[in-house]
Amino acid sequence: MWQALYEELKDKGFMVVAVAQESRGGEHARPWIEQAKSSYWQLIDVEHRLEDLYNLVNVPQSIWIDEQGRIARPPETAGSTDHFRRMDLATRTMTPQDQAERLAARQAYLDAVRAWVAAGAHALPGDEVRAEMPKVTPEIAEARARFRLGLWLRANGRAAEGDLQLAEASRLHPDSWSLWRQAADLDEVGKASGPEFWKRVQALGDRPYYPPPKL
Amino acid sequence: MTKILTPTGEYDVAAHDGLWMSPVDAERITGWTLKPEGMCRDDLCVPLPASALGSNEVDLEAFWEKLGGPVVGSATRDVWALGASAGERNAALEGLEAPDFTLPDLEGVPRSLSQLRGRKVFLATWASW
Repeated sequence: MWQALYEELKDKGFMVVAVAQESRGGEHARPWIEQAKSSYWQLIDVEHRLEDLYNLVNVPQSIWIDEQGRIARPPETAGSTDHFRRMDLATRTMTPQDQAERLAARQAYLDAVRAWVAAGAHALPGDEVRAEMPKVTPEIAEARARFRLGLWLRANGRAAEGDLQLAEASRLHPDSWSLWRQAADLDEVGKASGPEFWKRVQALGDRPYYPPPKL
Repeated sequence: MTKILTPTGEYDVAAHDGLWMSPVDAERITGWTLKPEGMCRDDLCVPLPASALGSNEVDLEAFWEKLGGPVVGSATRDVWALGASAGERNAALEGLEAPDFTLPDLEGVPRSLSQLRGRKVFLATWASW
């Protein structure tokens, strides 16, 4: 997904790290990774550790990290848009206009990354990053622990018990699409984008699924 | 044996009545050492109530809750997860230093964010689902 960008910028002190939030494990992610023919890092995160550390709620989300290892922008949607919500579910297609808008938004995001690498553009002052950073609540912290416990129970022959923990994690952190969709996928491949998913997306109403980055 | 999961580790310990265990095991799991002042790490000590202390035993659940971290157990209380507290996560993020992590690639080679110091890093998640 990011290979062209990486190729273009890799000699300018730039690196891409793509992290698969994939509780079914690396082999499940392998076909996508091999198809991407990427030369940047492709890492496997079975336990969604990155989402715990960075307080993430969906995929794809991105974080920009500067040469000193400092967070330069709060976690944000990495190039995706909400146009998919208007697609024709029978044919799984978007209108030409929506397709064009979606592509333009993605290009604008890639251009922002280019400008950051070239000249430090879009890196925010520390106070602004802090202000925009979503806060971890005790409920979110408990959801992460229950998710971890649920995955372990599932992986050790205790699926029904594990699923109860995963469901409780989602209940405690309803804003996390990743917790809910990962649990749905573990239940059955495809369920994460099935009818229940669409019902949840519709329930958002005017709220975004992919909040646009504030560039 | 009781199984204890932390954000980055997995431990088997001899615990009873929940998470009562030896101070040695408690330290192995959490990195906090039992001292007369309480549970200590670096220069910081967290006092423990008498109800969380036994003869050469400590109630890890009570200590962890005192730290503000979540403690969740399976129905049969044989597997537990200790999570990072909201305060710990928020303090790390507000410090703006990108939290380090080590994760494997497809071949199992461990990679750490800190290896990339000196470069701009675009860190992005994705999933097959």
